[in-house]
Amino acid sequence: MFEYAPAPESRDIVDIRPSYGLFINGEWVEPQSEARHKTVNPATEEVLAEVAWAGEADVDRAVQAAAKAFPVWSAMPGAERAKYLFRIARLIQERARELAVLETLDNGKPIRESRDVDLPLVAAHFFYYAGWADKLAYAGFGPDPRPLGVAGQVIPWNFPLLMLAWKIAPALACGNTVVLKPAETTPLTALAFADICRQADLPPGVVNIVTGAGETGAALVNHPGVDKVAFTGSTEVGRLIARSLAGTRKKLTLELGGKAANIVFEDAPLDQAVEGVVNGIFFNQGHVCCAGSRLLVQESIAADLLEALKRRLGTMRLGDPLDKNTDIGAINSAEQLAKIRELSEAGEAEGAERWSPACPIPDRGYWFPPTVFTGVAQSHRIAREEIFGPVLSVLTFRTPAEAVEKANNTPYGLSAGVWTEKGSLMLWTASRLRAGVVWSNTFNRFDPTSPFGGYKESGYGREGGRHGLEGYLAL
Amino acid sequence: MSERLAVNKTYKLFIGGAFPRSESGRSYVVTSSKGDFLANAARASRKDARDAVAAARKAFPGWSRATAYNRGQILYRIAEMLEGRRAQFVAEITAMGGVGVKQAGEMVDAAVDRLVWYAGWSDKIGAVLGSANPVAGPYFNLSSPEPSGVVAVVAPQGPLLGLVSVIAPVIVTGNTCVVVACERAPLPAITLAEVLATSDLPGGVVNILTGSAAEIAPWLAGHMDVNGIDLTGADPELAVTCEELAAENLKRVLRPPAAPVNWLADPGIERMTAFLETKTVWHPIGV
Repeated sequence: MFEYAPAPESRDIVDIRPSYGLFINGEWVEPQSEARHKTVNPATEEVLAEVAWAGEADVDRAVQAAAKAFPVWSAMPGAERAKYLFRIARLIQERARELAVLETLDNGKPIRESRDVDLPLVAAHFFYYAGWADKLAYAGFGPDPRPLGVAGQVIPWNFPLLMLAWKIAPALACGNTVVLKPAETTPLTALAFADICRQADLPPGVVNIVTGAGETGAALVNHPGVDKVAFTGSTEVGRLIARSLAGTRKKLTLELGGKAANIVFEDAPLDQAVEGVVNGIFFNQGHVCCAGSRLLVQESIAADLLEALKRRLGTMRLGDPLDKNTDIGAINSAEQLAKIRELSEAGEAEGAERWSPACPIPDRGYWFPPTVFTGVAQSHRIAREEIFGPVLSVLTFRTPAEAVEKANNTPYGLSAGVWTEKGSLMLWTASRLRAGVVWSNTFNRFDPTSPFGGYKESGYGREGGRHGLEGYLAL
Repeated sequence: MSERLAVNKTYKLFIGGAFPRSESGRSYVVTSSKGDFLANAARASRKDARDAVAAARKAFPGWSRATAYNRGQILYRIAEMLEGRRAQFVAEITAMGGVGVKQAGEMVDAAVDRLVWYAGWSDKIGAVLGSANPVAGPYFNLSSPEPSGVVAVVAPQGPLLGLVSVIAPVIVTGNTCVVVACERAPLPAITLAEVLATSDLPGGVVNILTGSAAEIAPWLAGHMDVNGIDLTGADPELAVTCEELAAENLKRVLRPPAAPVNWLADPGIERMTAFLETKTVWHPIGV
């Protein structure tokens, strides 16, 4: 591997306060709850700030603020709502570098990704839905589609600001008001977004941010004043939410776990496929619900592909997420690291063969080397359970029918990949995969115009595109 | 000479294109609104419900991959067969009591028309709901609707129009289904099964269970190989039970309507979209 001089992005651009309150009704307020939580940089374990963990009374206050703002916001002409969203998009662009550094500090993802993927997509998402706000009558949901009311939104830690954008942009465009709870380990960019709402002069109460953990989220989704619940996270929590909303009239959209198959046929362009496999599972340390965590490779090319894959992994750079050369950053939390370790140990115990490139691991922080398991059987836990880390399980197949059978042999159905030069085989495979997104000869592409969401236990509803409006409109 | 004694029909279940009795041997008495005996209907068991789900699952690949044109033709064929049996349905509905011949005739006509309406949707819903998405990059990006899979349907009260109005939207898009017929008026549901069985509809696409909805619906709601559940005919308490059970494998749930449904009104497309997924396929563009 070439020696690279460190090229760290400066963190001086961010200004993190020692402690944060809640953002309710356009103001920073002190929580009634006394619980506080320290958010750390997972690459160094350094404490970045202390944030409030909102209790039921705090959530109630936020929901009431959103309910009070709803008549004003929903009655505002769509063109005016649009202009607020355009303002927000512009402010995000203006502060993109600051937000990217903040995201990398709080989440552990490489600056190359937060700068080149997360932030451009965040701004683009607000731009996209801004344009819908005054065109809803043309979206195919009737001549006068109405908003639902207060949206309670709970987001995960893997793409903190991007998930915020996926939730808030369509909700606001449709005329709803929002109470959003960011993940407990990555609250800082959501709190920075609160400041952007103030800079945009967004009417008070239209966006409220309450920080906290699972109990705060539960208080939010179960609050009787919430009309719509949107959740991105684990299938386990999604199930709990779906159950707790039974018998209510709350509209629910869920974007949950995945165990995507990335299918490589023997005629695939090998080098491109290897890049796609690497991007599929090692992008964002594998903290991606749609990660290509199961590589299904046709038996005839398995040896060649694995050799090329291992060679490529030998060039991956793991380390300081703020270094612009870094490919693989830190695991987001000690808890997540423990889960990845536990499942990887299960993989070995169940008989799969484990391999990682020689990869120095920093002394402090949470780290896991890129890992490949071969000889994986469909019954192994590492082939069935979502690891949510940089761990790839390799299985082989002989015929296209077997590939499809194995790919669909999972309760999940979020995404899948297909690699072949033959168009008819690609379309045949894509049409049989029970997954909401199929990437052919590419992987992990996202765009605000393109609907995203799962089949089966990966959840329901779509985010992005015209389809993403449906979850925020009364039909 | 004495009058000829009529040959009465045994009303059974409809599973996988066949008409079995309940494996449990159970049946229940169906009466008219005046309390007159009409027939013994099968009272489906948990095993019957599971058999019906297995039949629906088996039928799913073939039905979901049939061309939209073919599915439309078959739905239209169901309408033709129903029209041909108009008199029989009118007789069965009036025998239930509470409805005159004229009104029963209107219900049957509306059911036929509803099937024709949905038949036409088969090859149009994809164009209405799908999209070619202008992503910011050199990619072809296409979203299209696909059926969710096996759908359980708790049919609404009433003999025929409501029943047809909940089955047609589920199957026209390529789902297969297990229907819990209206408990009080199951006989037209089984006669509808005879229509389905003679309409080139592949066995297992529609399976009809008669019996206690309060018993059968929770079995289907908790079944891990069912992908969606339409609770239109469930009372509020049953609907909550079923929705809770449905959360276990994240079934798509169509909740009971907030207000009573006018089955004669334009149904809209929500009954179809409730059990459709959106698949988005990406491919790079380049030379």
